[in-house]
Amino acid sequence: MRFADFVCFDAVIADVQATERNGVIAELAAALDRAGRLGRGNRDKITRAVIKRENEASTGVGKGVAVPHVKHKAVKDVIAVVARSSKGIDFSALDRQPVYAVFLLISPAEEPDKHLQAMETVFKHIQQEKFRRFLRQSQTAEEIEDLLREADENPSL
Amino acid sequence: MEEVVYESEVEIRNADGLHMRPAMQFVDTASGFESEIKVSNDQTEVDGKSIMQMSMLAATYGTKLKLRAEGCDACEAIEALRELVEVKKFDEPGPNEKKKE
Repeated sequence: MRFADFVCFDAVIADVQATERNGVIAELAAALDRAGRLGRGNRDKITRAVIKRENEASTGVGKGVAVPHVKHKAVKDVIAVVARSSKGIDFSALDRQPVYAVFLLISPAEEPDKHLQAMETVFKHIQQEKFRRFLRQSQTAEEIEDLLREADENPSL
Repeated sequence: MEEVVYESEVEIRNADGLHMRPAMQFVDTASGFESEIKVSNDQTEVDGKSIMQMSMLAATYGTKLKLRAEGCDACEAIEALRELVEVKKFDEPGPNEKKKE
């Protein structure tokens, strides 16, 4: 799977306003909702479900990246959005470091394989130092979109 | 202590596959051993003690993974990981079992 297959570029946030975890998740879910990707009236339910999942175990996987996610029947396809934070967010990350890039992923309830394929794409790139650095340096949503599209073409990014 | 290499193939048997929670269980179990642990599918080989790398495998239900441990406790490590993946199935249901809500 490629980023372009599941990332909603219209909802990308270049500098997220919230500085704490739940606020960031809510801001990302609101951006997806504004882009019309969550269906009617699901925004709050999905936000709560993501936070509940996050409370069970942090998705702050280290190196300044978090990948909060949930499976929810409101969506038919995997949908994701990216936010960058210039200030850093406390995500209770595994390495206890602040998070500067957040990938929020909402996957359909009954398609575990698609969820795994989307996660594979995210993780393939976020473990590359260059990709993380470029993402952190991005100033606008367009730069983030360009980076993700370039990563789709270039497996080593 | 004697350095040994031990290999085994395991099959993912929980319906949702190796998503993040099972991957973290795997990393936790693997990290309890001194041996170096490598996990591979057909395309990639990753470090079994890294959550970032394990999440890259996208191991769906039915996927076969090759485990390779090298070190003084290689045999015990492989046995513990095989039990986690195939017997405990990460404490998750298989495809025909009722899902826990």
